[in-house]
Amino acid sequence: MKKPDKNRLRRTMMFLSAQKPSLIKDAYIYGSDSVILDLEDAVSENQKDSARFSLYHALKSVDYGDTERLVRINGLDTPHWQEDVRVCVAGGADGIRIAKCESARDVQIVEEAVAAAEKEFGVEEGRTLLMAALESPLGIINALEICKASPRMFGIALSGGDYRRCLHTKYYPSGNELFVARGNIVIAARAAGIQCFDTVFTDFNDMEGFRRETMLIKEMGFDGKSIVTPKQIAIVHEIFTPTAREIAEAERVVLAIRENAKKGIGIFKVDGKMLDVAFVEGAERTLALARAAGLYKGDL
Amino acid sequence: MRNAVGREIPDQLLTGGREVFQGNAYRENAQYTKAGPTVRASVMPRESKVVASIREAILQCGLRDGMTISFHHHFRDGDYIANMVMKEVADLGIRDITIAASSMGAAHDPIAEYIEQGIVTGLQTSGIRGKIGEAVSTGKLKTPAILRTHGGRVRAVECGEVHIDVAFIGAPTSDEYGNASGKGGKSDCGVLSYADVDARHADKVVIITDTLVPFPNQPCSISCVNVDYVVVVDEIGNPAKIASAAARITDNPRDLKIAEKCAGIMKATPYFKDGFSFQTGVGGPSIAVTLFLKKYMQEKGIRMGWIVGGISTPMVDLLKEGYVKYLADTQDFDTGAIASLGVTPGHFEVTCSEYANPMNKGAYVNKLDFVVLAALEIDVHFNVNVITGSDGILRGAPGGHPDTANGAKCTIIVAPLVRGRIPTVCDSVVTVTTPGESVDILVTEYGAAVNPRRRDLMEALDAAGVPHVTIEELRDKAYSMVGVPDPVRFGDRVVAILEARDGTLLDVVREIKPYSFDE
Amino acid sequence: MKIKQTAVAGTLESSDVMVTVEPGSGLELSISSSVINQYGRAIRASVLDVLERLEVQDARVTIVDRGALDCTLRARVECAVFRSGEISDKNIPWGGAVQ
Repeated sequence: MKKPDKNRLRRTMMFLSAQKPSLIKDAYIYGSDSVILDLEDAVSENQKDSARFSLYHALKSVDYGDTERLVRINGLDTPHWQEDVRVCVAGGADGIRIAKCESARDVQIVEEAVAAAEKEFGVEEGRTLLMAALESPLGIINALEICKASPRMFGIALSGGDYRRCLHTKYYPSGNELFVARGNIVIAARAAGIQCFDTVFTDFNDMEGFRRETMLIKEMGFDGKSIVTPKQIAIVHEIFTPTAREIAEAERVVLAIRENAKKGIGIFKVDGKMLDVAFVEGAERTLALARAAGLYKGDL
Repeated sequence: MRNAVGREIPDQLLTGGREVFQGNAYRENAQYTKAGPTVRASVMPRESKVVASIREAILQCGLRDGMTISFHHHFRDGDYIANMVMKEVADLGIRDITIAASSMGAAHDPIAEYIEQGIVTGLQTSGIRGKIGEAVSTGKLKTPAILRTHGGRVRAVECGEVHIDVAFIGAPTSDEYGNASGKGGKSDCGVLSYADVDARHADKVVIITDTLVPFPNQPCSISCVNVDYVVVVDEIGNPAKIASAAARITDNPRDLKIAEKCAGIMKATPYFKDGFSFQTGVGGPSIAVTLFLKKYMQEKGIRMGWIVGGISTPMVDLLKEGYVKYLADTQDFDTGAIASLGVTPGHFEVTCSEYANPMNKGAYVNKLDFVVLAALEIDVHFNVNVITGSDGILRGAPGGHPDTANGAKCTIIVAPLVRGRIPTVCDSVVTVTTPGESVDILVTEYGAAVNPRRRDLMEALDAAGVPHVTIEELRDKAYSMVGVPDPVRFGDRVVAILEARDGTLLDVVREIKPYSFDE
Repeated sequence: MKIKQTAVAGTLESSDVMVTVEPGSGLELSISSSVINQYGRAIRASVLDVLERLEVQDARVTIVDRGALDCTLRARVECAVFRSGEISDKNIPWGGAVQ
């Protein structure tokens, strides 16, 4: 089994009910970077057990190719989450999304259960990654400690529905109601060196609204977005795809940095702009996005 | 005897000049004399051909035991004509009737009863579904049903293989002399393309309408010179089922993914150039292909020349927006298509013979660049099944599928790789309705495969950087998901014969057998 | 595992399967499926395989299949058996008796 990559591309993370056979059998064909098989909200209270059996066999028998397989487990305030963790680890999920996370302690509780499950099922220690969904004001305030709570953490996500209710607001096309939360999440994730993902957009038919929101979160610095229908994938990928000019520039930057590094030169000019080695990461990220969109075939 | 698609055709069927299928080109340049009807002259002045009732028309026509009658399927699931006529036939005690319809569908379930009673003992059609399909598949019909393509039916009539004694032609409007049209009235269906051959070749022709209009009803599809009687009834059909509301392009992501791949492949072929011609169906990924073609036509600055076949609103929109110059219409699927026929410049009716008959002097399908078609199953030899379901029961229609597949320069099948647990791509289809020789490319959501006969198309795709795999790889992928299927097991008795479009025998369908775990 | 009471798992939606297990003596299997012609025997083999793995020797098992894939079928049979023992909520032997 391929070891999950903490820093892989995650522009789109598509939710699928773990209980729905017609969805889990091959939803990866639509090309989202990750799928999130959901044991939480998409599964009714009396089907949690059944969804785990279904999830286990899906993880074991469906070939998801390069698509990352994450599982959203039930909240720590439910009787379900411990068995959820066991089935995720036993099935070989790439990572677990912790719902309603409010503190570093929440992450650590799950981490301990994951470690125990890895031992129980003979899974390589540390293989199972974690991400946390922040759904409350407390979670947003504690974003940084949550990001840093475990070496397994690869990202945090905003979950907008509950958060808006907590703030006594609702969805606005401007995005003003989530502006602070989104900003805080990006800043915390970047401070901790992990990824961050925006909330779902639930109006399946408002593609213009979805596009606007995706542009906004891309500008803010998010790595990607949770999605609820394959229809949304192409729009996110399009918006996250660098322009031909950006790709060419990134290529020149990476080449220049490598060449100058050989010569021992630290600061230099590309296209008239002063650059140093700190620019390499961004340029490489641009090339990775371009490669995922099929626009870059080079080997940098 | 084994035919060119590897199907065993029982020798007892090979009588009266019937042969097994020997490839699409077998009857190229064949010469024959067309069969004609026996008609009764109407020399003297006569005001009207209207008779009081369907029963009266049946009696006047002299319909009796053992005769063949015909219907068209332009009223689709809203048809009342066939059931009304068959009720009178049954009430008159006439038996041993052969129905030679252009197609039959869900509206005709009551006819299954007449099959069981021996009132109907022969059935020749393209579509066979619902209770009729079950009755035939369970061996209730006295003689094997003959399933033909749309073009093949015209050929069979014109070659004299089927002689229609009485044609009952439902028409949304007619005048008292029988000039009949698909337009207007209460049960508007647009065109009457499939009824054209019946009007020209049946001994007796009865027009049944619910809207009598003043003479002359022009423009008309059926001319009064071919019509014996006109009957006016209250309703010839259910308008809501004759035409659906304007068809919308699917937003099913799987269908859209297949459609996008299909359009990308079309763009990569040499046929994608100004004036190209195109046909597709109305369902699922088929019509969605136009969505993506539009984009590619814009990019390349080209337009389509013409579309032929069944017409739906998205095609009318293409015409109105200037993406295509002509719609040659043989069937209207929705209200948008019906409203446009004869109104939007460039949207006109063609007869089924003009559309698809393989044995006239050259039909529209022969000039097609692309056809995009669906399939229930397609096997590794590219043979397609659109007639038998996974349970072996008849529930489909060859329709124009084999005609257009044969005619088009690039025939593309679009289908999901699996449906539920049933693999679409398989080792061997249950029934061959379209020979693999006619099929060039298969497009699924998992990838596309090019028929090895079409090296030129493979090279075109390679040159454009469009990925493709072998059809065996697609089959393997399907089987890896759903498991290798057991073959459907049938009894011995042949219940239906699949004619290739040229009249040779492509396959047979046998009686179904109850499932047993133990064999 | 002993089947103590009737339990059901799965639905009658397309691509799913509804499995009912009831107490019985010996194994009594009833299968109906929309894909019986192609997969009847494969379904029977999978159900028997799961029951053997779970050491179910006495039960009436009813399968109403709507074209479920094998992985779904196995999941539903397992869930129904564990539910009948009221032990479906935790400590499932993932990777053990549940394969």
